[in-house]
Amino acid sequence: MAIQTLPLDAGAPVRAATGHHSRRREDTRAGWGLATPFLVLYGLFLIVPTLYGVVMSFFNSSLVHNGLGGFAGPDNYMEALKSSDFWSSMWHTVLFTLMTVPPLVVVALVLAMFTDRLKRGRWFYRLIFFAPYVIPSASAALIWTWLYTPQLGLWDKWLTDIGITPPNWLADPNWAMASVALMTVWWTLGFNFVLYLAGLQEIPRELYEAASVDGASPWVQLRYITIPLLRRTTALVLVLQIIASLKIFDQIYLMTSGGPNFATRPVLEYVYDIGFTDFRTGYTAAASMLYFLVILVVSLTWYVINRRQQKEA
Amino acid sequence: MAATTLASRIRTRPAAASRSTDWRFRYFNWFCVSVLVVFAAIWIIPLIWAVDTSLKPDGEIATNPTTWWSGHFTLHAYRTVVNGGNIGTWYLNSFLVALASAVFAVVICSMAGFAMSQTRFRGRQLIFALIAAGLLIPSQVLIVPMFKEFNLVHLLNTYWALILPSVAVPICVLIFAAFFNGIPSELAESAHVDGASWFRIYRTIYMPLTKPAISAVFIFTFVWKWNDFLWPLLVMTNPRTMTLPVGLSQVSSAYGIQYAEIMASAVLGALPLLVVFLLFQRRIVEGVATTGIK
Repeated sequence: MAIQTLPLDAGAPVRAATGHHSRRREDTRAGWGLATPFLVLYGLFLIVPTLYGVVMSFFNSSLVHNGLGGFAGPDNYMEALKSSDFWSSMWHTVLFTLMTVPPLVVVALVLAMFTDRLKRGRWFYRLIFFAPYVIPSASAALIWTWLYTPQLGLWDKWLTDIGITPPNWLADPNWAMASVALMTVWWTLGFNFVLYLAGLQEIPRELYEAASVDGASPWVQLRYITIPLLRRTTALVLVLQIIASLKIFDQIYLMTSGGPNFATRPVLEYVYDIGFTDFRTGYTAAASMLYFLVILVVSLTWYVINRRQQKEA
Repeated sequence: MAATTLASRIRTRPAAASRSTDWRFRYFNWFCVSVLVVFAAIWIIPLIWAVDTSLKPDGEIATNPTTWWSGHFTLHAYRTVVNGGNIGTWYLNSFLVALASAVFAVVICSMAGFAMSQTRFRGRQLIFALIAAGLLIPSQVLIVPMFKEFNLVHLLNTYWALILPSVAVPICVLIFAAFFNGIPSELAESAHVDGASWFRIYRTIYMPLTKPAISAVFIFTFVWKWNDFLWPLLVMTNPRTMTLPVGLSQVSSAYGIQYAEIMASAVLGALPLLVVFLLFQRRIVEGVATTGIK
């Protein structure tokens, strides 16, 4: 998988060293020249905002006046760490992640393994499962809000038909998060499904043939050939999914606006609310940094594990 | 690994296909197909239901919300949405922003990727470190400082506010660099001996050989910008500069309980990329699978 072979350290092929001093200088000029447009934009819209955010988090900045405002030291961080609103939004983000990651990994894996066994019609399932992934969150949210509408929605009708009293989906604090999670599984499963299909294609068919000759049942083959050989794909899918789920904002903002009574508000919406309705950007920057730390820990953990696996291989 | 030991064990045995295992495979394949059909049905129903609702008169939806068939299918809701709302403007905004971002991203990231991969310039290690660090920073945590930055230079509610932050994407540089690494460097070497400049080598030799990376980065950036929500929601507050997703986020309050109009908006919002996906299915899926960018 390409992402695992990307040159994170400068591992490009080394051209035959010419040893000429002028050549080296020319390389330097050409290299910087070609990289400059990127570096300028990268500096302006990634490095500067990052540094600005870090600095801002130590000041009483506000959206309504320019400049940084008075120095606040660690006050913003202390306030965030003591704020129950901040902690409950962190918890909602983690809860959403816990609710979406297992089904999005396991169901995608199972469906991809089953699809891979088909002789014909693979493109059909790939089309169906990936299609929702390309529609905008706003469209998906409108469709699912309609499906969830009490009394009028299709899900209510179906559950009533089979004798189950439907929950009050998005309006019930106990069900709202699960409802959004369910919609998210439908919306984004296709991405993981496609990654798994690609991983499955790299498994040599002879392994299955040899196992069949030996009398291994289909389940045994999946358990002892397919799943172990997909370990690297699973690691990739898992980390991408955890990070994507931790960034939850769109669906919740669109379907529940963080409600009912803030019961689903994730960190990003908390940041959005405090920063853009209360205008307290210094405090918001501090909350963003704390949230960033969580994502950073996940990314770095994966990076370390991946490194170790590559060394073993 | 369990699988490899199993396989090597099997190879040493005499090959004798046992008939007794055939039925297990037949039943298992039936089981797989049944599961897939059930899930495929669940996956397609919301989309079909949205289209179905959008084609019914509002009065009928109010009395019989969950019947699939209607005697009076109509395009009325679509006419209302297209003529009454701003959806045409939103389409245009989204298209221009996504197209400009994708083109700039391809040009600028491929140049940087080429520099990283083919020229040994001083400071290259430092830039690699910067780019690798950038991979770890999600754009969502930068919304507050970025908003202040764009506010300061008075670029809010302009296309630039959406295009500029999405051009210099670290992962795109790495995709191009990885791809250029796979091209034999003798090509650049011999062109260089013939006196070609680095920019010429990049443009006339390397770029034409890089079509899979170009299409992957182009498609990724285009789809990302087309569907992007949080940042456009913050910077595009004027209905005339809104992108499609931001505009759509307001239709449920505009149409209230006119579900046909709401579903017509949702369908119109989903349609362009669904059509593009149907046309370029293989290429898009390959792009996702080989780069794994989300």
